[in-house]
Amino acid sequence: MQTKKIFGILSLLVAVVLFTASQSGSFLDPFNLENLIRRTSLFGIISIGVAFVIITGGIDLSIGSVICLVGCGLPWLVMVQKWPLAAAVPAVFSVAVLIGVAHGFLITRLKIQPFVVTLCGLLLYRGLARGFTQDQTMGFQSEYKGFRALATAEIPITDQFGIPMPFVLLVVLAVLAAVFLNRTIYGRYLLAIGRNEEAARFSGINTRAMILVAYVISATMAGIGGILFMMDSNFAQPSEFGNFYELYAIAAAVLGGCSLRGGEGSILGVLIGTALMQVLQNMINLVDWIPTNIEFAVIGAVILCGVVADEVVKRMAALRRAAQARTGA
Amino acid sequence: MAAASPSPLLTVERVTKSFPGVRALKGVSLQVQSGEVLAVIGENGAGKSTLMKILAGVQEPDSGTITIDGKPARLDSVLSALRHGIALIHQELNLADNLSAAANIFLGREPRRGPFIDFASMNERATKFLKDVGLRIPPTTLVRSLTIGRQQLIEIAKALSVNARLLIMDEPTSSLSAAESETLFAVIRQLRERGVSVVYISHRLGEVRELADRVVVLRDGENAGELSRAEATHENMVRHMVGRDLSQFYARRPHPAGDVVLELKGLRSPVWPQHAVSFALRAGEIVGLAGLVGAGRTELLQTIFGVVAPAGGTMTAAGRPFIPQSPRDAIETGIALVPEDRKQEGLVLGMDVAENLSLPSLRRDQRRGFLNFPREREISTEMIDGLRIKTPSAAQIVQFLSGGNQQKVVLGKWLALDPKVLLLDEPTRGIDIGAKREIYALMDQLAARGVAILFASSEMEEVLGMSDRVLVMHEGRLSGEVARAELSEETVMHLATGGDRREAA
Repeated sequence: MQTKKIFGILSLLVAVVLFTASQSGSFLDPFNLENLIRRTSLFGIISIGVAFVIITGGIDLSIGSVICLVGCGLPWLVMVQKWPLAAAVPAVFSVAVLIGVAHGFLITRLKIQPFVVTLCGLLLYRGLARGFTQDQTMGFQSEYKGFRALATAEIPITDQFGIPMPFVLLVVLAVLAAVFLNRTIYGRYLLAIGRNEEAARFSGINTRAMILVAYVISATMAGIGGILFMMDSNFAQPSEFGNFYELYAIAAAVLGGCSLRGGEGSILGVLIGTALMQVLQNMINLVDWIPTNIEFAVIGAVILCGVVADEVVKRMAALRRAAQARTGA
Repeated sequence: MAAASPSPLLTVERVTKSFPGVRALKGVSLQVQSGEVLAVIGENGAGKSTLMKILAGVQEPDSGTITIDGKPARLDSVLSALRHGIALIHQELNLADNLSAAANIFLGREPRRGPFIDFASMNERATKFLKDVGLRIPPTTLVRSLTIGRQQLIEIAKALSVNARLLIMDEPTSSLSAAESETLFAVIRQLRERGVSVVYISHRLGEVRELADRVVVLRDGENAGELSRAEATHENMVRHMVGRDLSQFYARRPHPAGDVVLELKGLRSPVWPQHAVSFALRAGEIVGLAGLVGAGRTELLQTIFGVVAPAGGTMTAAGRPFIPQSPRDAIETGIALVPEDRKQEGLVLGMDVAENLSLPSLRRDQRRGFLNFPREREISTEMIDGLRIKTPSAAQIVQFLSGGNQQKVVLGKWLALDPKVLLLDEPTRGIDIGAKREIYALMDQLAARGVAILFASSEMEEVLGMSDRVLVMHEGRLSGEVARAELSEETVMHLATGGDRREAA
């Protein structure tokens, strides 16, 4: 089932790539490709995070605001509060982890719906960030270039094209995530919880702890994403920074085969889903005859088609099985 | 065999119905005369519920014919069944408990004056139907404030209000007290006198004998016989249901009970905190846990297993004090539970056979947090072969297995852990007779190996056939214990409906 899904979404990605390349001369520009890979890598990191929550059957709407809080908080600590970088980075990172713990606690102990908890988080963290920065744009200006290289540097391949650093980070994080999900008992627990939390608990799984872990992973990845997004653009306006990013991440995870009902998902699928989202945006920007202002409409339509196609395939399989049961059995 | 009158109310001929993985009905026929109480009996999984759903228009048959008043009828929705005068009284009541009795009776068909509900006329008409079922309550009474028995009578009144000529009752007494059951029987007899037919499904053979004019027996989706009122003796009914000699079916070999492995000392479940439950389980014995639906059996088993925290009392497991805070605690002490709701609590339906079988053992078999794939394969091969789980492969999604094979997967996932105490909650519900027999044999084997088994069951035959002794529950308390030598349906039912231990003896 998962392999079929991944193949489907991969075909869609290839089709959009070919279409865009045929319609726009600048798509295959080394500069454009590099940028595309960089953005896919940054969004890929936060999408992997939210995928873990979606796999448990939950949702995390606070990602964009966590990105804002961390992304604005780091330069604010360093540039305004004059903290050393070595203290500021662990500080904002811990904030992200603690946010995940708080979400997990509210959801598993107080039994508040994930939607409500993380929706409140979405409002809360952005409000906080805008408050302490007083809505001033944050950035490192021309300092800390060495540290920012984590997001801005690249490994040169030719004199025009290099592999952006975030891509290396993405690969490392994705491999870790895939191993965790598919090779450890905890990943198996998360998949079981997403399909049937009751049965998982009846099988002796500490479901509350595992769900908490999923929210911590999501918030932590959002925190890492926040630092990287910040260093990449070096410019964070608290009222906008990270806006809607949770929706991009959720959309990428869903496109990549995660079911919002839980229990299904693969890291590779999420990565391809993220890439598809980015190529679509790129397509809208590059292809002359597609007006830029319908960007959301195109992305929305593509996701809807993907999800509908998936459901249709599933129903046809179910009908086939029912027919087999009638004739055989 | 009862002779068919020239124009029966309802005739069903060679009806079949399949679901993925199971053929529920393989060609069942029956007739219902007007003003007759026809009992349909059979073990769990015999196809009774499917047949009733077809008659009530909930499901359509794959093939076969249904004739009403001599004319072929197509029952493709609940509405079309109602138009033919057939109404199903559900096992789980379908009432809006925040509305009044009258509002429930006329739900969706409220008498109106313009766009408004005509409450006066609705209440007046409801009063008549309530009287018909022997309920002398104001029609404005909130359904929520009524007992389950009275709510059921409201369901019947609702059916009468649409001129139902045939009422299908699926296990109507499963959650009623003895007195409430008597009231229901009186209403059924009155209905019969007025020419209303009743198709009555029950596991309680005592009731069937008391009420039924005729008995149709189903076994494994087929007709297994028809008994007239005179022929419907307990032994006769059981023989037709089981299809063979009972002593062979319930495989019990006597073996001596060993040491006490689990002891409850005044344990209180959170649902019935006023009742303290105490008893001991010994290695190698099979103890039945009987009682009506809602008597607290499931809650007791779940308290022992740590699903819900006890409201008081203690337990000892293998001599050591034991108060489980979660199923994980219970599992580590060697206790396993096969829950009542297989699909919700027993299995992760969307995962495959191997993944389900290994789920509780993953922690024990882990390699520093990593999955132990060779061990997982071992467990699935061992269980699929040992329990004869019929599946195309270990990678088959459990959802597509039949009920019996699903239940074997649930058993297998616990056997992989080698439990010392095995709690079973309705272990054979909804599974076919072959798988049932295998599960009985397995229970016997496990007991012979020294596993202590405590099993809750609503199926009297099973309780009588498998238990070394039976604990009976009534409204949250242990109302009695019956040794194997004294076991009979009457003794157990007497205790289960709140009777006193001495009266029974």
